[in-house]
Amino acid sequence: MGQKSIIPFGPQHPVLPEPLHLDLVVEDEVVLEAIPQIGFVHRGLERLVQKKDYNQFVYVAERICGICAFGHSMGYAETIERLMGVEIPKRAEYLRVIWHELSRIHSHILWLGLAADAFGHESLFMHCWRLRERILDLFEKTTGGRVIFSVVKVGGVFRDIDKSQLDEFNHVLEGIKDEYSQIVNAFLNEPSVRNRTYGVGVLSSEDAHNLSMVGPFARASAVNYDVRMLGNGAYGDLSDFQPILSNNCDCYARMEVRAAEVVQSIEIIKELSARIPDGEIAVPVKGSPAFGSEACNVLEQPRGECYYFAKGNGTKYLDRMRMRTPTSQNLAGMAVALKGCDVADVNMIVLTIDPCISCTER
Amino acid sequence: MGVFKLGKMTFGSLFKKPETVLYPIETKPQPAGLKGHIEIDVSTCILCGLCEKSCPTDCITVDKATSTWSTNPFACIQCGYCVTVCPKKSLSMLPGYHVANTVKDRVVATVPEKAKPAKKADVAKAPEPAKADEPAKVVEPAKSADHAKPAAEAKAAEAASLEQGELRIDAELEAKLALMSDESAAKVRAALQAGK
Repeated sequence: MGQKSIIPFGPQHPVLPEPLHLDLVVEDEVVLEAIPQIGFVHRGLERLVQKKDYNQFVYVAERICGICAFGHSMGYAETIERLMGVEIPKRAEYLRVIWHELSRIHSHILWLGLAADAFGHESLFMHCWRLRERILDLFEKTTGGRVIFSVVKVGGVFRDIDKSQLDEFNHVLEGIKDEYSQIVNAFLNEPSVRNRTYGVGVLSSEDAHNLSMVGPFARASAVNYDVRMLGNGAYGDLSDFQPILSNNCDCYARMEVRAAEVVQSIEIIKELSARIPDGEIAVPVKGSPAFGSEACNVLEQPRGECYYFAKGNGTKYLDRMRMRTPTSQNLAGMAVALKGCDVADVNMIVLTIDPCISCTER
Repeated sequence: MGVFKLGKMTFGSLFKKPETVLYPIETKPQPAGLKGHIEIDVSTCILCGLCEKSCPTDCITVDKATSTWSTNPFACIQCGYCVTVCPKKSLSMLPGYHVANTVKDRVVATVPEKAKPAKKADVAKAPEPAKADEPAKVVEPAKSADHAKPAAEAKAAEAASLEQGELRIDAELEAKLALMSDESAAKVRAALQAGK
């Protein structure tokens, strides 16, 4: 019988791209309890909404996080459009969803690379990030930015994607499919990877429901919930959308779900680019949000459901802007999944919720 | 089974061209629409200051006294919002990132003297559409084009056709009212009726 001790994990740790601190209560190399602590990158961005007008805040919103940048600008703009009763053109909805799905692909491939790095597979990590570069190049050509795009505005989008660029999207995405399938094969079938992930960090389906887990973390525990099912915007025009689920509930299942979601996103882009309507890409938005008006919105970010709330006060400055990000939901489930694991598996489990602390702290 | 699941790809990459480039000897081509830096066309700038007001990072300064437009490239986030609000389309976002520097210099552009008469006339009228949001500038090009004529010619034209001038003012007013919210527009209309 060993003695209980506390091992501090993070905020600076090779496996963590962003600062998260965990106090691991350990006995005989087994984690009994994990107490998460955040607060290292708080920037007070929600307060900035009272200093920047609602049009300028789009650029602040997309700088909340480097990976979900497009999602945040899209989620924020949709919330303000609801607040002011603006209906955007159909083509703008399609363009937003195409870019959003493309950013999901880049986020998931980035995560797969980080996961490979976490279990020490350096070449797999580099191949993942090499593929991700192709997606970033597509962003660069169509939006003018690689990570931060600044193409969304309240009322639509700033730039259009023409037919030749849409064809290039499909061509590039088809082109990476073969290499991507080889990478996924290595993730899902290589024994060294399986040993590190199979049966590790189990979060039961019941716990995932009770703790309101979101995103691929929840779907890997067989929670049938994906905001895209609600059919907001161009998602409503998809012929069929079924969330990708897994019953394994472990790190392997989370990897499996994310790997399959990349293929699903490629299919969504292919379908939407084939049926994108012609027309305007933005409508002029005049006036300010009415006094006391409130609006909320949900969006499926690469990490899960993100909730937005905005309140107007009759001026061009908002009274309140609130975001509940997927990681702030998933931290509770991560603490449960960490209970009973080996100390050596902590980094893998922390990584499989795809923590985005910058989003969470804002 | 088998441990070399990535073998085909790894061995294949030995015989392929490297994915990376030998920076800085070699650089990647930049696409046409890349957001690199802002450039100003001083010949059309009217120093209205809308870019300064709209900039999310307050990196642009417009000084009417010295006729200069300046930006701090180290604070600029290349969002391109100033480009979209510019009423004269003087600003453009072009490829080519700002190079590193040991001193945080500002990029200063001086608006030439000859543009001043047109600019002053426009600036004097600029506060009027303050309530209306960015589309208010759309009406300005026509206005400034008129003012760009030599002063004597403009005076003669105004004296000759006062009615025409009134018609133009009415058209401008209608354009501004169309861009305001319905309530504000109704208020302005009521005030104008009372005035008449």
